[in-house]
Amino acid sequence: MEIGVVELSRLQFAMTAMYHFLFVPLTLGLSVIVAIMETVYVMTDRPIWRQMTKFWGTLFGINFVLGVATGITMEFQFGMNWSYYSHYVGDIFGAPLAIEGLMAFFLEATFVGLFFFGWDKLTKLQHMVVAWLVAVGSNFSALWILIANGWMQNPVGAAFNPETMRMEMTSFAEVLFNPVAQAKFVHTVSAGYVTAAVFVLGVSAWYLLKGRHIELARRSIAVAASFGLASALSVVVLGDESGYTAGESQKMKIAALEAMWETEPAPASFTLFGIPDQEARETKYAIHIPWVMGLIGTRSLTEEIPGIGQLEEENAEKIRNGLIAYDALLTLRQERDQTPQDVRDRFEAHSDDLGHALLLKRYVDDPRDATDEQIAQAAADTVPRVWPLFWAFRIMVGLGFTFIGVMTYFFYRANFKQMRFPRPALWLAVCIIPTPWIAAEMGWIVAEFGRQPWTVDGILPTALSVSHLSVADVLITLIGFMLFYSVLFVVEIGLMLKYIRKGPVEDVEETDAWTSRHIQRLSTSGEDPAALAAPAPQPAE
Amino acid sequence: MILFEFVSFELLRVVWWLLLGVLLIAFAMTDGFDMGTGALLPFVARTDVERRVVINTVGPVWEGNQVWFILGGGSIFAAWPPLYAVSFSGFYLAMFTILAALILRPVGFKYRSKRDDPRWRTAWDWALFAGGAVPALIFGVAVGNVLQGVPFRLTDDLMPIYEGTFYGKFLGLLNPFALLAGIVSFSMLLMHGAAWLALKTEGDIARRARTYGTAAGAVAIGGFALAGLWLAFGVEGYRLVNPAITDGPSNPLYSEVARDTSWLAAYSTRPWIVIAPILGFVGMTMALLKLRGAGEVSALLWSKLGILGVISSVGLTMFPFILPSSIDPRSSLTVWDSSSSHMTLFVMLVVTAIFLPLILAYTAWVYKVLWGKVTEDDVTSNSNNVY
Ligand code: HDD
Ligand code: HEM
Ligand code: HEM
Repeated sequence: MEIGVVELSRLQFAMTAMYHFLFVPLTLGLSVIVAIMETVYVMTDRPIWRQMTKFWGTLFGINFVLGVATGITMEFQFGMNWSYYSHYVGDIFGAPLAIEGLMAFFLEATFVGLFFFGWDKLTKLQHMVVAWLVAVGSNFSALWILIANGWMQNPVGAAFNPETMRMEMTSFAEVLFNPVAQAKFVHTVSAGYVTAAVFVLGVSAWYLLKGRHIELARRSIAVAASFGLASALSVVVLGDESGYTAGESQKMKIAALEAMWETEPAPASFTLFGIPDQEARETKYAIHIPWVMGLIGTRSLTEEIPGIGQLEEENAEKIRNGLIAYDALLTLRQERDQTPQDVRDRFEAHSDDLGHALLLKRYVDDPRDATDEQIAQAAADTVPRVWPLFWAFRIMVGLGFTFIGVMTYFFYRANFKQMRFPRPALWLAVCIIPTPWIAAEMGWIVAEFGRQPWTVDGILPTALSVSHLSVADVLITLIGFMLFYSVLFVVEIGLMLKYIRKGPVEDVEETDAWTSRHIQRLSTSGEDPAALAAPAPQPAE
Repeated sequence: MILFEFVSFELLRVVWWLLLGVLLIAFAMTDGFDMGTGALLPFVARTDVERRVVINTVGPVWEGNQVWFILGGGSIFAAWPPLYAVSFSGFYLAMFTILAALILRPVGFKYRSKRDDPRWRTAWDWALFAGGAVPALIFGVAVGNVLQGVPFRLTDDLMPIYEGTFYGKFLGLLNPFALLAGIVSFSMLLMHGAAWLALKTEGDIARRARTYGTAAGAVAIGGFALAGLWLAFGVEGYRLVNPAITDGPSNPLYSEVARDTSWLAAYSTRPWIVIAPILGFVGMTMALLKLRGAGEVSALLWSKLGILGVISSVGLTMFPFILPSSIDPRSSLTVWDSSSSHMTLFVMLVVTAIFLPLILAYTAWVYKVLWGKVTEDDVTSNSNNVY
């Protein structure tokens, strides 16, 4: 493949987005976990919970700024690198992005400052509310950006306007309640919660292994395991929902991530393992589990899931239809108000497939001049590369089930085995810290790579979406971002490790005093519970 | 939806043009003092404690302030998609430079105090300087270029094409008029940052800030006057040839544009707009006087007024143009032909009407909680919670 502006722009977008998403999931989850911890503090007034809030809050802060810093790039990159895209769908796509700023970014960014600087300036209750506002803000931001992204996967509530040469919004409600966006939102946010839960679990396990900060670590594990178990279940259930909504709207993606070359009789089987071979259109060494794919994709045993070959043929048909719309469009644009009614009707009848005609722009200036070979070529382009999807999907799903297992185990030990954790289990918790990030990045590869060759499914091809830039332009920024981001990454990991090693540094005396009283109280059990609530006797001075 | 019938497309376009101005001005007024403070940091504060004082004056608020910039981007995308598409891809490398500088800021604020190593801290001080100075300068340079027209054209499919070699596109931005505009915006925000520091700090820092702020204010006033003269005699303006169709489809190619007039012609057709440059001069002059005198709150408020005047001068002078094209005037983007659809503008207005007042309310509350000067004592006694 020749490396041109399109490929470089894709690479740059993929790189900066995936980099942004290294910080996003931890922000999403940790903001909630910190708010939960602070709530426990406000309810029980135990200093250890304030210490936990501040400690995890510090790590949250280190992560948060890089989320913000890399988010700035994202906000402007559509205009910089995808200017035709921005023109073509900005009428719809821009709205959730702007609402995200109004509703979410302002909330989280305004209150995050107060979270760190407001400890002495606010009452306990006020400070807790501030922590929740930060968490709510982050989660709202995920909602709106995923509504935007969901629209690219399933463009509803919009129609093409020939006079302005772009898509325009016809129903805001449809954009808002897009089922794909809703499924994506819950799946992605749960993924963020899992990420933070695994992070808190792993770091706390490390403290237990080192015999440090035992009290903080045990309580953190209790929070992380319950929160994590709920989220891990939700990720898998909602992942299934994502699969189902994708099955409705993006059949090619489902067929590709299953490496389902030809339509199978219903219910389709799930390929547990295999080596997809794109050339030969077959999957070698495949191990099938009967029925499962049919259930995921269609929720029925009788509906067929179309295979890649069949979809490609359907797309060739759509391209031919699209050409009719394209031809009518040129007349419409020329004659404007004077366009004869039959041309208008022709356009209306075929405008749904206009995007497919644009696929030909890669090969000819005027799609109407395309040869049969070029049409076949363009139809073949609608098949994404299968193996990355196939494997990315399997890694994500495998990790999803692993998280359920790990979280269930720790939840059980924490609640029913008096927090006694075998050392190998603790080491396992430390070792899996990076895996939720891997799962999440794989998820984006499934979602975004699987959408190729479209930026907006069925509407606008990726190759047409780019800005009119030179290779040198994009190369400069691509290398610039890579260098710059690598340095920031090293700096941030260094600080994270430093602050994890350092452990909690605030309110140490107060917390330690409380802890020793508390342990004493527990060891002299059998006491009257009312005495527990009363101020404990001071240790001998 | 009944309301939808009542609010005409034309009115929505004007409202969104105003809101665009409101966002840019709010950005300059709030994040502007963060940038000014960053740019002043290495000069007004010499010791580490002094620098921490300066950083902590903006520590709790820069993040919220920066959202005005992000929201600016988002609402241009939502309300003026062609502007978003043409300007950011046109100013590609300049945008990259701004982004790189702006990314340094969050990281600098947060990470600087996380290690004690003096070299680490000095490096972040200069990063914060760049994060303030570079965007402040480039924003002005960009405005200077917009006033002169930008070399782009639109194809029949409305795809923006930008002329020129890549380094030409970048270095070409640095022409004399644009540089002058850059100096105006840079010195204006420097003055604004100084006014902020005069309010939030005391002693040596405040004194130095006042000195730098006074000088910067003088440059800003002089530069603004010079730019006005230059605009009168050295820069061609644009005009619509036919009466505008104010509720037509958003297709820039449907209008005829000529480039045979002066931008300042607007002051004879709409004389009342002269109030904007007057506000600019008065605001900046008063801020300068208050900085030399003893004003604290008043210096900052006057400086805000000056910013309001300067930015709205540009917008009002150019109306209805938003982004004129130097190589194909017909492609120029105007208020009447480069907005979103009627529906989108309406939906976004409803959302804005709900959330903007909320934002202003809670932002005001946060500033109230944080009211008061930041002292050396604050940062040394409270090392864990502040930067
Ligand atoms: C599922 C969640 C999610 C996804 C897919 C994205 N983001 Fe993000 N973004 C967040 C979730 C988030 C967040 C959790 O709200 C962040 C991360 C860390 C943070 O501080 O806020 C954030 C920060 C953040 C910021 C800085 C906000 C601030 O100053 O507070 C901007 C401008 C963006 N993002 C923009 C984008 C764009 C344009 C994206 C699409 C390409 C995108 N994000 C993908
Ligand atoms: C932060 C999480 C995200 C990740 C990790 C991610 C990942 C990716 C990847 C891997 C690609 C490259 C696909 C390819 O070129 O084969 C891509 C492209 C793209 N994505 Fe996403 N994406 C994310 C969020 C989003 C969101 C939220 C949007 C829209 C709001 C979006 C819009 C795009 C666009 C416009 C492209 C470029 C066109 C294309 O190549 O498809 N992405 N992204
Ligand atoms: C059994 C488990 C899982 C299933 C069945 C599943 C299913 C899916 C599917 C079908 C998609 C693509 C949706 C689309 O194309 O629009 C997706 C995307 C994604 N997945 Fe998963 N997933 C699972 C586990 C996980 C886990 C454990 C994580 C991370 C911790 C994760 C993170 C993501 C992310 C970030 C995306 C991209 C956003 C989106 O499209 O929703 N997934 N998942």
